[in-house]
Amino acid sequence: MLKEKFMLEINNIKKYYGSFLALNNICLKLKPNQLVVLLGPNGAGKSTLFSIITGLVRADSGSCVINGNNIASQSIGALKNLGVVFQQPTIDLELTVKENLLFHARLHGLRVASLKKIIEKELNENGLEKKINKKVRTLSGGERRKVELIRSLLHEPKMLLMDEPTVGLDPRSRADLLKKILNLKSSKNLSVLWTTHLVDEAEKADKIIILDKGEIIAIGSKKEILSMAKENKLAKAFLKLVEEK
Amino acid sequence: MKIRHYIAALLGLSIREIIKFSNQKGRLFSAIVRPALWLFVFAAGVGSAKGIQPALINFYPTQNINYFEYITPGLLGMVLLFSGMQSSLSMVYDREMGVMKILLTVPLPRWYMLISKLIAGTILSVIQAYCFLIICLPIVNIYTPFLTSFTGWFLAFPFIVLFGLMLGSLGLLLSVYIKQLENFAGTMNFVIFPMFFISSALYPLWRLIDNGALYVYHIAKLNPFTYGVEMVRAASLGKFYLNGFLVCLICTLIFLFLAVRGYNPQNNAIKKSKSKNG
Repeated sequence: MLKEKFMLEINNIKKYYGSFLALNNICLKLKPNQLVVLLGPNGAGKSTLFSIITGLVRADSGSCVINGNNIASQSIGALKNLGVVFQQPTIDLELTVKENLLFHARLHGLRVASLKKIIEKELNENGLEKKINKKVRTLSGGERRKVELIRSLLHEPKMLLMDEPTVGLDPRSRADLLKKILNLKSSKNLSVLWTTHLVDEAEKADKIIILDKGEIIAIGSKKEILSMAKENKLAKAFLKLVEEK
Repeated sequence: MKIRHYIAALLGLSIREIIKFSNQKGRLFSAIVRPALWLFVFAAGVGSAKGIQPALINFYPTQNINYFEYITPGLLGMVLLFSGMQSSLSMVYDREMGVMKILLTVPLPRWYMLISKLIAGTILSVIQAYCFLIICLPIVNIYTPFLTSFTGWFLAFPFIVLFGLMLGSLGLLLSVYIKQLENFAGTMNFVIFPMFFISSALYPLWRLIDNGALYVYHIAKLNPFTYGVEMVRAASLGKFYLNGFLVCLICTLIFLFLAVRGYNPQNNAIKKSKSKNG
């Protein structure tokens, strides 16, 4: 019997900060071409989990395997599969859009000459063609996020991690970003792990994981979460599950 | 394929440093003006007309040399020191701006990313050092010819690079502990100034013995900056100062090792689990 393939497998992750237990026995699996939304209030441990998946922080116990590579022992193989958009902007404000993208391309060992046309095409599709030689400092928050998204996909990762990517964006930009991710998921066969505290962003997810105080309190499709909470709206179900815990 | 990736990443980091450097018009200017003031003002005022006896180990062919010539390797060290600390500042800036996260999630070994960052910073340091030499030395040489030839400074190139690497790796190590940009003033007071002043950059160390400042002399003898300055001084005269070379090489490796250790997420976990257990 063939073993099911997972893009991300997290098993029994625990993380302490001093005596504070930030994550307790976290287990989750992400299949190829799946959008999983990790939903949780502020301080739930979403960013800590994100840091563990990206190898920025080591878990105290448990394992995190990305496309068959353990992030702790095979970090290079694991990181090759990841495209990351962090919650905090991670783009160099002093470089132009093009310089930032080429910098990222070189860090990933991509051939810059063949990428220039792809970069222009991506910027065109995102309405940023006129900003190509502008310093990122002069871009709006939404435009910077778009550049970060283009950057995270340049090396054609198999999985996209997005840590509260809509923080600071207006409703229109939020909706645009979510729509773009859904399109990318189907067009590029991407697996996406999206963390957020905004319930409406989880509406179109294939799977929703609700995290609170470092523990997973519910996991399932939207339909399953609604039935678990016996509610008809996801926002109400989320609040109920968090309060009941 | 793999080697190409390593080279591309190093190239990417170097290009980024050079672009940022060229965008900051005042940086090259201040990098040259700072040592130039010491050369044209301080050396002119302090230097003895009869010259100075260089050091206990004299690399010069005569016993007395003019002070302008004596101070030049020290000022070259000053350029490298400030530039090395600037690398530290840029690491702190990257951390505050979030760019560091991108660097640490590149699919390359973390030690390699740090070495690449060090090399990129050192390229800038060496460019600034040679700009200082090319602009300032011909002016001084008009009225006080040096024993050191111009070609001597080009022969000293590998040693200037090693000196730059040592100071750059010290900068990397400091960036592990400097958490905010505001703390950079502390670096000035506790690293740059003591390193520069308690060394053979401005005066030969025997002067300290003569003046009875033995404790300063002993600190200066322990200061790796002293060895860097003397190594470059010797190299510019076509000589090889083995002690200086070894001290610079070993210090570079130690600083770099500690910096790589500081950026390892495992250390974070070790610290946390220690505090958790007790």
